[in-house]
Amino acid sequence: MEALLEVKDLTVTFDLRRQHLTAVNRVSFCLSRGERLGIVGESGAGKSVTGFAILNLVSKPGRIMHGSIRFDGRELASLSEEELRTIRGSRISMIFQDPMMTLNPVLTIGTQMMETLLAHQDVSKVEARDKAIAVLRKVHIASPERRLLQYPHEFSGGMRQRIVIAIALLTGPALIIADEPTTALDVTIQAEIMDLLLRLCESEKMGLILITHDLAVVSQVTETIAVMYAGRLMEMGSTDFIIRTPQHPYTRGLLAALPQSGKGRRRLSQIPGVMPSLMNIPAGCPFSDRCSRCEAICRREVPSLLLKQSGCLAACHLLD
Amino acid sequence: MNGNPLLHVSRLVKTFDITGGFLDQLVWRHGRLRRKKTIVRAVTDVSLDIMEGETVSVVGESGCGKSTLARMVMGVYPPDSGAIHFRGERLDNLPPHRLRTYRTKMQMVFQDPYASLNPRMSVRAILEEPVRFHNKGISSNEIKDRVAQTMLQVGVDPGWMDRYPHEFSGGQRQRISIARALVVDPEFITADEPIAALDVSIQAQILNLLMDAQEQRRLTYLFISHDLSVVRHISNRVAVMYLGTLCELADTEILFHEPRHPYTKALLSAIPRLGRKGFSHMKIEGEVPTPIDLPSGCVFHTRCPHASSQCSEEIPRPILLGNGSTVACHRVADGSI
Repeated sequence: MEALLEVKDLTVTFDLRRQHLTAVNRVSFCLSRGERLGIVGESGAGKSVTGFAILNLVSKPGRIMHGSIRFDGRELASLSEEELRTIRGSRISMIFQDPMMTLNPVLTIGTQMMETLLAHQDVSKVEARDKAIAVLRKVHIASPERRLLQYPHEFSGGMRQRIVIAIALLTGPALIIADEPTTALDVTIQAEIMDLLLRLCESEKMGLILITHDLAVVSQVTETIAVMYAGRLMEMGSTDFIIRTPQHPYTRGLLAALPQSGKGRRRLSQIPGVMPSLMNIPAGCPFSDRCSRCEAICRREVPSLLLKQSGCLAACHLLD
Repeated sequence: MNGNPLLHVSRLVKTFDITGGFLDQLVWRHGRLRRKKTIVRAVTDVSLDIMEGETVSVVGESGCGKSTLARMVMGVYPPDSGAIHFRGERLDNLPPHRLRTYRTKMQMVFQDPYASLNPRMSVRAILEEPVRFHNKGISSNEIKDRVAQTMLQVGVDPGWMDRYPHEFSGGQRQRISIARALVVDPEFITADEPIAALDVSIQAQILNLLMDAQEQRRLTYLFISHDLSVVRHISNRVAVMYLGTLCELADTEILFHEPRHPYTKALLSAIPRLGRKGFSHMKIEGEVPTPIDLPSGCVFHTRCPHASSQCSEEIPRPILLGNGSTVACHRVADGSI
């Protein structure tokens, strides 16, 4: 089956006055139609920038240095702004952490939803309204006809995020990029929203890139996981496998640091230190400073992402 | 639990008047212009005991009143009614100068280490000020020793004493704010979401630090958090709050294994679980009502799948169950769930 999205050697740099920071460093991954991928990592790992770069939304001083992003057989990096607009928000939708970032506070939900449809599709206002109502029903908003006339501030946080999902769904996209969609929400609402998103992806055969720091949420929703650290992919493979048997020392450390249920009150295993800032990433493996198994080669050479015996891709010198 | 509690909180109530200016208060009702006050009921009738050396966590969703409760315990907000006893002495009606002795015994760690450290004070100044304030006549050398020792304990190099907060990472900053709490030798620490703003790998470091400090200094913690897996890891007992009231209070493992209150059940079922596929959380209808107009009777009855007519009329009193849990629910009380 042909891949829906193919990202190859994506490198995003931020050109500051004194130096160039590489926020995303030679990241490659593939997503087939309807596949759900989770990009996990700590803040500053480059996961959000990767998401933005797919839609060419990296703003200055950042830019895509090189790499290719093929979506549905077309190269996104070389499209003009005009052509991109036919894909952005139409074939690929994005959901952000803060729904108020997406919603305009001075327009009604209805106006915003219809505007999206009218911009991307050749429909009449009446058709757009009907479509908006149908989609609001899909995200379980009660009495959508009335809700269309309301403003974002009249909705609760969970409802706003559902409306954002509805807007993302309007044009029937093939891929949704969700950047920390539930981080600002309470657990019960998080469960509702993620459950909804998962079901919609399945029923509409949509692909999903879920960007989050929450390993548990990723494990419940996605089929593939990509672990990022200091701008690089450290490990990638099937979610079940990586959660059960992580190979890369960083992934292992992350999973071991989570409080496990029923283990009682003991010390958590911790990764020493902090993720290096992009301004001084160590030579060699970016994780070498914090890795308990670090050897001489790790400090010298950057490990490439290779297929290891486990069947997963990992960037580590010490794995076969 | 036997012995006297270190902290005894009984029937605390806190409301906030958020009525705006005179014009905002005017409403037209029954053919007349009237003034109306808008009152947020943040905490309603919460009682809680904390024993020496234990960690009690308060969990609940945003707006449930857990932070307000913590702030009342620390004397930041005066309660509207109810009482707070620390080692048997009532605190909430003490005049400020007598409260001062308790400030060294009770300390607080806040969520956001970026906001809770004064950016214009060096780490040395931040840590020395409380020691000097609470120990009149202490020599500068002694202060210096104490600060250096505390910094070592929290894992911040004392050589960085003259740096400013912005020169530290989030995790380091949270260590400094923990050091600020520890430096006056407290017996009791309230930690309000101390790790919520930190990354996963740093969260583990800070949790370990808090647990180590507790062991070394026999500290007692009141821990406020919305992260249920963290709470399960570090607490001896857990209190679940909803809309300002206490639903359930139980030993950690009992609570996680056999939650009794319908809200606790729903809340626990929504915790993301590593390695589980999809979602099988208990769905509860609707959303948390506003604390401005609390539902009558049990505050959870509007969303509870087991609600009866009694629930909408009578406020449930907390009852003690056979396993030691305290639950405020009519349906648990009458044995139907």
